[in-house]
Amino acid sequence: MTKYVIKRIFMALVTIWAVATITFFLMNMVPGGPFLSEKAISPQAQAALEAKYGLDKPLYEQYVTYLKDASHGDFGDSLKQRGRSVMGIILTKFPVSARVGGVAILVSLCIGIPLGCIAALNRGKVLDNLISVIATGGIAIPSFVICTLLMYFFGVRLKVFPTFGLSSWKHYVMPVISLSLYPMAYIMRLMRSAMLDVLGQDYMRTARAKGVNQFKSVFKHALRNAILPVITYVGPMTAYTLVGSFIVEKIFTIPGLGSEFIGSITSRDYTLIMGTTIFLATIMVIMNVIVDIIYKLVDPRIKLN
Amino acid sequence: MANYLVDIKDERLSFFTQAGEVKALNGVSIQLKEGEVLGIVGESGSGKSVTAYSLMGLTAHPGKLVGGSLDFNGHHINDMTEKEMRKIRGNEVSIIFQDPMTSLNPVYTIGNQIEEAIRLHTDKDKKQAHERARELLELVGINEPERRLKQYPHELSGGMRQRVMIAIALACEPKLLIADEPTTALDVTIQAQILELMMELKDKLGMAIIMITHDLGIVASTCEKIAVMYAGKIVEYGSTDQIFYEPKHEYTKGLLKSVPRLEVDEYERLVPIEGSPVDMLNPPKGCAFAPRCKSCMKICLREMPPVSNFEGDHYTQCWLVQKKELEGGMQQ
Repeated sequence: MTKYVIKRIFMALVTIWAVATITFFLMNMVPGGPFLSEKAISPQAQAALEAKYGLDKPLYEQYVTYLKDASHGDFGDSLKQRGRSVMGIILTKFPVSARVGGVAILVSLCIGIPLGCIAALNRGKVLDNLISVIATGGIAIPSFVICTLLMYFFGVRLKVFPTFGLSSWKHYVMPVISLSLYPMAYIMRLMRSAMLDVLGQDYMRTARAKGVNQFKSVFKHALRNAILPVITYVGPMTAYTLVGSFIVEKIFTIPGLGSEFIGSITSRDYTLIMGTTIFLATIMVIMNVIVDIIYKLVDPRIKLN
Repeated sequence: MANYLVDIKDERLSFFTQAGEVKALNGVSIQLKEGEVLGIVGESGSGKSVTAYSLMGLTAHPGKLVGGSLDFNGHHINDMTEKEMRKIRGNEVSIIFQDPMTSLNPVYTIGNQIEEAIRLHTDKDKKQAHERARELLELVGINEPERRLKQYPHELSGGMRQRVMIAIALACEPKLLIADEPTTALDVTIQAQILELMMELKDKLGMAIIMITHDLGIVASTCEKIAVMYAGKIVEYGSTDQIFYEPKHEYTKGLLKSVPRLEVDEYERLVPIEGSPVDMLNPPKGCAFAPRCKSCMKICLREMPPVSNFEGDHYTQCWLVQKKELEGGMQQ
């Protein structure tokens, strides 16, 4: 077990290093730079700024310096948001996104799994078709359309939910719906097909032959077998959802981390791009470890090594 | 009538598929006393399993009982609700399936799955159920039962899993055990062990067994009565000796010719039964076996033969037999 843990930690570090390296060089390959704004600044000032942030040095030297600092937990200051460290930005904005995202994940699981099961149990019937329509819609409709429609109907016309900010539970309703619709639809579909597969298995027949009622046979015998594909999907989905969505956060004016991902790229905020990317990679790696552990708990046939 | 444990009369069962009505059972009658072992033999699709499943109320969708009556241990199965059926399933009647590799739930321990069956039908608490599960494993000849109870199905061999399935089936000491090709998926040495175990347990617990198989060797060594099924009908029924030594129906004769016999010293060819099983969507008007029968007569294709009875409860449905009887009667 200890061997496994050490191996996993090592693999995680390698993964994060690889992500950091690729991002670093890709980012520098893109034309432009943090201080090339429309408002022309004097060449001297630009040179001074570049010298201050070490951007005048050769690329490999910048890379080595960055890795050295990063390994000590120093991700530098944001190049565009003056006076704020990258770590500070992430730590203040991530909780905001994570709160909205966390609720969205819970909602998508709590609705997606039961609906998927119900669809499978009523295969080919009206209910199944209805759920399939919802699932297809949820996957096909882009989130900006959902956001806009929600905002128009519930925010502007009916005025039941506030359209920006995050100060009460009512503020959460629309962002959470827009964030959870896609994963919910996806989980429904995964759950439905996995459930259909499991319901046809011999051990389900054994359960019936023992005299187990349908409710218990679905909950005890089928669900645990059918949930594996959902777990696989939910791992990375959780990572993406927790760090926030650019679109949803922009539309509902939520001060979350999601908007920083895109914002940092468009403004060529090198340190922030690196910081947010490494942060996402780290959460992703952690989620994968968690998924593996849950796998092992759910299905005893799976070996961790 | 009351002294029969199983009394199936003229059972008709169809699967209503999109292609049409598949008549899986066309008038099957089976009587079985307590402690008796009945073998049902026949090829795939002949209705062996469907008959047994319907007795447990396990008929798969879209199958429906369309006629006849089913009585088991004082219950009239026809009128029972799903809830009432659940009470006798796994309790008064149990089943072991063909493939032990897939018949156990992979994510629960053996102990959990045996205890579930016990606790469903008795009011034993967790500890008592565990104790009983350990006893059952011992009964089915599994060593180190305490350790096995904590193991998962994938940690056991095929033969061991089938023993576990038997333990689950016997959890509540059923009156009837249905064995649906219990040894088909096992290798030959294990097959013998499992059959021996089943016979041993039958004597110990006094239950009746319905052995569904296409292996004539198995029925010869284990069963007292044999029902030969073809196309959803019992074409011949009798004691094991009668079926093996005085087969009447051409299909039974064909089956017997298609397996090797040890007592024949000389070189003897095995004779396969030519042709393929009938299409149950459009079963023929006459005898279903007629198109494959070597001695087929015109009447065979036109009309269903009546039942001819012989010594004991041996009977068959074949025009050839009718013809012989008629001729015999004329000579007298």
